[in-house]
Amino acid sequence: MKELSLNILDISQNSLKAGAKNVSVILDEVSKENTLIMTITDDGCGMSEETVRNVTDPFCTSRKTRKVGLGIPLLKLAAEQTGGYIEISSRHESDYPDCHGTTVKAVFGTDSIDIAPLGDIISTLIVIIQGHPDVDYLFRHTKPTGEVVLDTREMREVLGDGISLADFEVLEWMRNYLEEAYSEIK
Amino acid sequence: MKSLAELKALRDKMQNSVNLREDTEGGMRVVVGMATCGIAAGARPVLSAFVEKVAEKKIENVIVTQTGCIGICQYEPVVEVFDGKEKTTYIKMTAEKAAEVIEKHIIGGKVVTEYTIGAAK
Repeated sequence: MKELSLNILDISQNSLKAGAKNVSVILDEVSKENTLIMTITDDGCGMSEETVRNVTDPFCTSRKTRKVGLGIPLLKLAAEQTGGYIEISSRHESDYPDCHGTTVKAVFGTDSIDIAPLGDIISTLIVIIQGHPDVDYLFRHTKPTGEVVLDTREMREVLGDGISLADFEVLEWMRNYLEEAYSEIK
Repeated sequence: MKSLAELKALRDKMQNSVNLREDTEGGMRVVVGMATCGIAAGARPVLSAFVEKVAEKKIENVIVTQTGCIGICQYEPVVEVFDGKEKTTYIKMTAEKAAEVIEKHIIGGKVVTEYTIGAAK
């Protein structure tokens, strides 16, 4: 992947495929110096302990078209080549019927020359939301200069029923909102 | 700063036009492959281009959606256009090609043969 935001797009598809109703994407550049901590959390069906153990294996996948799955291995590679790592924790719905889901955390060394650029995070968020507008998303990117937050639950309260988050006007509002928010913490 | 008040104004404006867009029956469907293979090959700008162009040209009765791996990763980014029972598979798409497909196929009704999977073999 050329951009870390493409890894985010890819990993979030796993959350959506797991039937998540809430997905959060948190980028934290403040808690630890020279470090970007990316955390993607969902309330989807979750994975069994065995699946979690195998999920970094490229020959482990839930898809039916082919016997390889590269999403998590590519994220692991992206993190490890900067001196970072990934951590995956999950609760499967059969074991935790009331509180299931998955958290994928990736830690990147931002001073490494091998870190991929974050890239077009705004387009990434718009594409995620366009694909599954019925899911709620929380995005937060915290930098030393400030933070950018997008919470679709707040948006939905304003929009009410009948207007989808995937309507073009709404997607445009999100794009403008995020562009302005990012320009303020540049 | 874009505010929720602006979103509210947008809602009021949109509520008047909501009824117009509900009729997507019988329209075309554009499906972009958004699995790891598609994303790595550049599907994101392709999807964005379709969404933007459909809105910009005010094309009714066309929906743009996403899907997982279509199974032909070597040809990603792959876009399928469903028009009734007809399916056209476009391969190795870019934002520029997407704009052309919108003009010629979605609006003009004529398949852009050189970008289809049939032309690759």
